[in-house]
Amino acid sequence: MIEITPSIIEALAFYVFAVVLVVAAIGVITARNQVYSVLFLILAFFNSSGLFILLGAEFVAMIMVIVYVGAVAVLFLFVVMMIDIDFKTLREGAMRYAPLGLVMAIILMTELFLLFKASFGSEPFENHDPLVEQMTNTQALGSVIYTEYIFAFQISGFILLLAMIGAITLTQRTRSGVRKQNIEKQVATSQDDAMSIRKVEVGKGIE
Amino acid sequence: MLEITLLHYLTLSALIFTIAVFGIFLNRKNVIIILMSIELMLLSVEVNFVAFSAYLNDIAGQVFTMFILTVAAAESAIGLAILVIFFRSKGTIIVEDVSTLKG
Repeated sequence: MIEITPSIIEALAFYVFAVVLVVAAIGVITARNQVYSVLFLILAFFNSSGLFILLGAEFVAMIMVIVYVGAVAVLFLFVVMMIDIDFKTLREGAMRYAPLGLVMAIILMTELFLLFKASFGSEPFENHDPLVEQMTNTQALGSVIYTEYIFAFQISGFILLLAMIGAITLTQRTRSGVRKQNIEKQVATSQDDAMSIRKVEVGKGIE
Repeated sequence: MLEITLLHYLTLSALIFTIAVFGIFLNRKNVIIILMSIELMLLSVEVNFVAFSAYLNDIAGQVFTMFILTVAAAESAIGLAILVIFFRSKGTIIVEDVSTLKG
């Protein structure tokens, strides 16, 4: 009987999150239906935020849930449902490149693992808390974001602005055949465009 | 085995990155899945960053995770916008047909 210590519970939590994360990642790339892919992606994001909580990064974990699940995944879901297309035709010929991809994936994985194994060994975390002492995670992040990283922070704001303007201008279209009010044209109208004065002779109409 | 070390997190992130690379091979016609694979790659990088942040006792890793998050959100927004206009003009989302958009 193993004595249940906090470190065992932590190890258990890590393995649960890690296994579900890997399974969800495999689900994203193999699901038959696109909507299932997006739902697997949401599962992967939730589990990675669980891992972040284990590592003591609560603020980033919550931001992950808000940004990825709340914005990015919902955006994907919208687009998947908006696009009316038969996804089965997109699957054709997928298996042709699968063996090559598998070989490449195995090589990549082996290389990365050997690199990490050689460089970092298996030292445990000395302290699971990357916080500056007597500060919460959020406070510690806030104390550096607005001082040391202020320029990077501002630029990331500009990147978001750029993405917003880009997405709006890309998807905007002027529809033809719609009667919309054209305010510029209305305001720019002069008396000459609007009416004309004709002298009508007695007994004759206007053609 | 029962003690979670940095190597565990690094191996996990390498595994997710590899799955994402394989996903691009497997779904090379479908832009939506390719975009999702890119999101998974960025996720694995974020796991790496946060694990090193905890390991080195340095908050900078978490700050950069947030910057990566910003870039990932911007990238998926623009990518999906391009996908929508491509679908609107061509009626398909097969990647190979995208080259007809140039010029």
